[in-house]
Amino acid sequence: MGIHTLDARRLFCPMPVIRAQNRIKTLAKGDILEVTCTDPGAKNDVPAWCRINGHEVVSIETEDDEIIIKIAVGGK
Amino acid sequence: MNRQPRAVALISGGLDSMLAVKVLLEQGVHVEGINFYTGFCVEGHTHAIRKKDQKQEKRNNALWVAEQLGIKLHIIDVIEEYKAVLTNPKHGYGANLNPCLDCKSFMVKKAREWIDENEFDFIITGEVIGQRPMSQRKDTMPIIAQESGADERLLRPLCAKLLPPTLPEREGWIEREKLYDFNGRSRKPQMALAAQFGFDDYAQPAGGCCFLTDQSYSAKLGDLWQQRGSKNYELDDIMLLKVGRHIRPSENFKVIIGREEGENNFMNGYRKQFTHMRATSHQGPLALIDGNVSSDDLKLAAQLVARYSQGRDAAEVQIEVNEIGNETPFTLDVIPLHNDDIPQAWFI
Repeated sequence: MGIHTLDARRLFCPMPVIRAQNRIKTLAKGDILEVTCTDPGAKNDVPAWCRINGHEVVSIETEDDEIIIKIAVGGK
Repeated sequence: MNRQPRAVALISGGLDSMLAVKVLLEQGVHVEGINFYTGFCVEGHTHAIRKKDQKQEKRNNALWVAEQLGIKLHIIDVIEEYKAVLTNPKHGYGANLNPCLDCKSFMVKKAREWIDENEFDFIITGEVIGQRPMSQRKDTMPIIAQESGADERLLRPLCAKLLPPTLPEREGWIEREKLYDFNGRSRKPQMALAAQFGFDDYAQPAGGCCFLTDQSYSAKLGDLWQQRGSKNYELDDIMLLKVGRHIRPSENFKVIIGREEGENNFMNGYRKQFTHMRATSHQGPLALIDGNVSSDDLKLAAQLVARYSQGRDAAEVQIEVNEIGNETPFTLDVIPLHNDDIPQAWFI
């Protein structure tokens, strides 16, 4: 199990979702992806994408203007 | 076929594609959604930029629809490929810079490539004959099937009964009799079917979900192309067309003036790429200068920026100017332009 990071700052939805989706394609089940975003819309869109595609949002943290979404990669 | 038939659906986030998917799910087809991001999609960006919209609950309608239907959704970035569609549309533009027919053919073509790569059997869309003046007409719908290469693998469940049978119908993967014959601009049949399926919440985009159908946006894009002498653009260009007042006092430059705090914050991210200015003696917006400017041009731009500051009625306003390539800002003391001094033709 690996921990990976994705910088999606300054991108507006749906780009953070697209970047997360494309990165997750390269990861294995159980891997963790930490996505850092600045678009508040990502707080809704990334979890929605995870729910419908079988991945789990482990946590969503906000630091200043940055949102860090931690995703556990599910079966694909 | 020995297995469950598999279809990919073009999901815009509107009601029609939602219904089209539901019709196929009811017939036991495995459906996954696909949504293409061209850079011109209305959703997301502007809502995220504008401060007044930031308190509203935001949702991406394509994702929301997929979740309501219980299907997967694949969002595909087609920004680069879409440039060729927009800048050189074989079938021309609609009322504005919307290349709807070429756009739909392109998206169905991308979906065809996707089903080939992912071993799916056919494509569905929420198209309805007569619903849209360019891409959803009885004479243009076969063009989309043909030019995309999808041919008889393209099924429109909401109006299929008015069109020749497609592969999934002929092969018996689905029952044609359980498809629909919707026709025209009325939304009543769709709303009735939505009620039948128990859908009581769905997006109703006015005029579509694409900035290219917007007259004001298209005017700004046309101006950008004209000034560049070619129809090229980058994502940052088309993003900046979504924010601010765009005022062109002269052929060689335009001024982009933020209209509110969210836009100012968004434009602030571009300050290293543009000469920019802001009032220091009064509250006021951030302005980006796009083009090569003389000192007289800068003074005129500063007077414009002063006009949109809280000092618009003051005798003089101090404007701080940050020029590209010059780390030290300087100040201009200017008299704000009066409304009567700003010709309407300057507004793009």
